[in-house]
Amino acid sequence: MRDEEAQRERAAARRARRLRPAWSDDLGLRRGVARKLLPFMVGAMAFLASLALAGAIAAAAFSRQWQDGPAAALTVQVPDPAAKATDAPQNRLDRVVALLSASPGIARVQALSHAQIAKLLQPWLGSDATQGLALPAVVAVRAEGAGPPLAELTAELRAAAPGTLVDSHGDWTRRIAALAHSVQALAWAMLALVTGVAAAVVTIATRAGLVQRRDAVLLVHGLGATDADIARRFAARATRLAFAGGLGGCAVALPVLAGLAALAAPLVGGIADPAAWMPSLPRALWFGMAAIPLVCAALGFATAQVTVRAWLRPLP
Amino acid sequence: MSGAVVRLDRVALDVGAQKVLRGISLAIPRGGFRWLLGPSGAGKTSLLRLLHLELRPSEGRLELLGRDVGAAPRAALPQLRRRIGMVFQDFRLLPHLSAFDNVALPLRLAGRPEGQIQADVGEMLAWVGLRGRIHCHPAELSGGEQQRVAIARAVINRPDLLLADEPTGNLDDTQAQRLMLLLGELSRLGTTIVVATHNDTIVARHPAPAVRLAEGRLVNADA
Repeated sequence: MRDEEAQRERAAARRARRLRPAWSDDLGLRRGVARKLLPFMVGAMAFLASLALAGAIAAAAFSRQWQDGPAAALTVQVPDPAAKATDAPQNRLDRVVALLSASPGIARVQALSHAQIAKLLQPWLGSDATQGLALPAVVAVRAEGAGPPLAELTAELRAAAPGTLVDSHGDWTRRIAALAHSVQALAWAMLALVTGVAAAVVTIATRAGLVQRRDAVLLVHGLGATDADIARRFAARATRLAFAGGLGGCAVALPVLAGLAALAAPLVGGIADPAAWMPSLPRALWFGMAAIPLVCAALGFATAQVTVRAWLRPLP
Repeated sequence: MSGAVVRLDRVALDVGAQKVLRGISLAIPRGGFRWLLGPSGAGKTSLLRLLHLELRPSEGRLELLGRDVGAAPRAALPQLRRRIGMVFQDFRLLPHLSAFDNVALPLRLAGRPEGQIQADVGEMLAWVGLRGRIHCHPAELSGGEQQRVAIARAVINRPDLLLADEPTGNLDDTQAQRLMLLLGELSRLGTTIVVATHNDTIVARHPAPAVRLAEGRLVNADA
């Protein structure tokens, strides 16, 4: 019995030593206009930020895929492939394959068979139209690193097999890369803009809160509250509301992005699985989406701190 | 004059283009009680605001609790304010807080533990006759009750300097007498007290040195 009593006394003493909980609303901020406005506006910005982030990540992936895929591929056409090469005792096709294999910056060289060439031409010429045609040989080349020195290589190949064509797809791969980089830059610019607008929204909401709770703020200032005390209360509230808004915006963006990912899957080489509850999104996007509410919270905290301290500074 | 809690030396206060106070010099020692008297517009409230550190003097030297307010950095003023209690004429209670939480505000700002706050605030509200109204919000209290909450909030922290602007304006005679007894007790315990009032009856009943103002100037300051 005595132990229980002592325990009760110790618990009461612990309770008595506790400080006022940090979330106490002494300034009446819960009645402020920011309650609905701030999460909604920050949520809208988080939604746009999610889309911009997805755009940036998709453009980067697209650009990378083209760098590794078509941009790294060369097609070499050798007319009259069975004829003797001009500079060696081989036929022209074998000579071209040998020269390509010996060239720096080339990972793989594959001469297409007659059947493979016929299959490629089938949609245009029909199934047996290639019979009897003097088709050039086609060599598929995969470059590595910076690729081969194209001008020198072409001259060398033409010297061995006159009329040889080297198609590096250079023009349109460069254009696609420029497009991908532009989309990426736009997406980052949009993210920066959205962040700026979100900061402006928090500033406006905080200033509205200060005007609305002016009497309470001046009173606690007069009672000896420091700028840090007052700013902390506004910042705690702005942090919670901005986090909630960020979370909401991301939650709304997720199905939109999943839908876009499902539409884009066939274009980027993936397969949309109709049975999956959500098409797979890039891991970077998941991390980015998880970071958005945290960034919103940090933005809310920092902006409210700066705004409140600036508002209080003219007071004595 | 050394050891004065309040010391003004040729203090002037401008609000916009208007000269509200001019050439005020006075000193009040620790535990001193002063009536602050004068007609409306004489500058009583402005002088109280200066002493409450809501304003800084435009000219002259103001020293409070041993600190030169003009030279003190802004960051030092909150600590000084916590040692000053103020009873406003319009009470300035926070409408969303109960009587208890309004009175507890200065203690919470000072970082006192909740256990101590429960005991001190409960005792203080009982003393001003509001034991049964502890959880009421200001809108549920009469003018006199609100004034008593405002007084409780001003003295809960045992301030070194207590300022009051018409603190008996909404109190009945009995409550006004109780307030004056409390102020007298605080003064004996070492709190310096300045009370602005128009209530001649209460001044006559509780004779004490007076600071008289007229048109922003000091007419006389009793020793």
